Amino acid sequence: MAMTLDTPALDGSDAIDTPATPGRWRHVARPALGVLLPLAVALVWEFVVGSGWSNGRLVPPPSRIFTTIMELARSGELSRHIAATLSRVGAGFGLGVVAGTLLGAISGYWGLARRLLDPTVQALRAIPSIAWVPLFILWLGIFETSKIALIAVGVFFPVYLGVMGAILSVDRKIVEVGRTFRLSGPAMIRRILLPAVLPAYVVSLRVGLGLGWMFVVAAEFMGASEGLGYLLIDGQQLGKPAQILAAITIFAILGKTTDWLIELVSAPLLRWQDAFRPGGDH
Amino acid sequence: MLVLDRVGKTYPNGVHALQRFTAKIPQGEIVAIIGGSGCGKSTLLRAVAGLDRASTGTIVLDDIHIAAPHAKIGIIFQEPRLLPWLSVADNIGFGLSDLPADIRRDKVAAALARVGLTEKAKAWPRELSGGQAQRVAIARALVPQPEVLLLDEPFSALDAFTRRDLQDHLLDLWADTRPTLVLVTHDVDEAVVLADRVLVMRPRPGRLFAEIQVNLARPRDRASPLFDAVKRRVMTALDRSLDRNAPDDASESAAGEAMWW
Repeated sequence: MAMTLDTPALDGSDAIDTPATPGRWRHVARPALGVLLPLAVALVWEFVVGSGWSNGRLVPPPSRIFTTIMELARSGELSRHIAATLSRVGAGFGLGVVAGTLLGAISGYWGLARRLLDPTVQALRAIPSIAWVPLFILWLGIFETSKIALIAVGVFFPVYLGVMGAILSVDRKIVEVGRTFRLSGPAMIRRILLPAVLPAYVVSLRVGLGLGWMFVVAAEFMGASEGLGYLLIDGQQLGKPAQILAAITIFAILGKTTDWLIELVSAPLLRWQDAFRPGGDH
Repeated sequence: MLVLDRVGKTYPNGVHALQRFTAKIPQGEIVAIIGGSGCGKSTLLRAVAGLDRASTGTIVLDDIHIAAPHAKIGIIFQEPRLLPWLSVADNIGFGLSDLPADIRRDKVAAALARVGLTEKAKAWPRELSGGQAQRVAIARALVPQPEVLLLDEPFSALDAFTRRDLQDHLLDLWADTRPTLVLVTHDVDEAVVLADRVLVMRPRPGRLFAEIQVNLARPRDRASPLFDAVKRRVMTALDRSLDRNAPDDASESAAGEAMWW
């Protein structure tokens, strides 16, 4: 952080003298601005606990959370919990995406299937997904399968809706261009429909992934012996708030990283759409 | 030769959009179809393009019965309808996917040069002005070398200056391979600048009303008295076509009659 805060953009005289360059610094300075508040709060709390004004027992200071993470990492426990959670999210997300994409595509492309399928899916969607938990445990047991199923259900709906909605909203005028060039059915899908639905699909994947992270916590609350959700419950039952905050921090990092990965992979495919301005004036 | 024989179209909702439209258009002719709104001119064009089926009558191009989009027929719409995820060059080459890559590349490069957009080859469609985008659309339609090019109010969304520029440009491009052009427009000036023959249609139901030959040498001088005289004849016919009491008059309308202004 110190690096970004030391940029010349914050040096007032420099910025005024060269009106052409602030745009370049702004895209460094603006995110730094967003970090300022949480950083300040963390530093203040660290100072308050450090100087003995509070014992920080229920709200541990950042340094104690960091120490907890390091201890967990050293003992090898952290990687075990992360691996457990990641594999659940991965499997649930994968299943949810495959099912959501297939059914969404069928519903979007084929009117009869939509009329047959969509009302049922919409009705199921109205059920809060957590409500399935008891049933999944009865059906699938308390181990991995029921957890993955719950995550997959959470991921399925946004992906299904995203794919179906995207196909239904493909511009008829663009499809007509494909028709005038006599594209066959598969060519129409590959050259017109797929690229046209891609932006909305990526958004639905990101929404689905967000829900996947949400539901993995719920899944791991319902009796797990490992995973970040287990760390949360364990921290609550044994009165270790630093461990809870450590797990939350790692959830945040993992969630942000996986979301960023989707963005990274899809960015080259969506360059045509991205209104990137080198000046960075927004 | 493009032969439209008693082409009619009634939509499922009962709207009678087009009635017994007959015309013979020899290869290489430029025909403008003009008329008020609801006269079925776009319906007619979409039927010739094979995008919509005609309810009655036949459309025949060189002994080929047209009922679906055909390789010999290209179309340019009012909007450029470029595919936003393809570069300008890939948009132009969109209809050439059957050709080997190197031949396709050469053809696209030649077309880009022809419409003066070589330096935009790698640009995205969103980076083009309206006129540039429509030029890409024209190149995309012309590069497979269709025998018939249909244009559905292709320049109506552009400003007057760009429109004139593109009208002249279209004539240039037409001279390369001389396809048949069928142009739907509501702009009398455009019809007379471009066409060998102007077909005036009348609405409810859409049908042919009058046919006016434009025997002016190209390039046409928009300011010449002859140009003006032809324009007046088209305007007169157009005006009479909107008069419900006027009889159908598919023959050539008399010149210079009824100066309504």
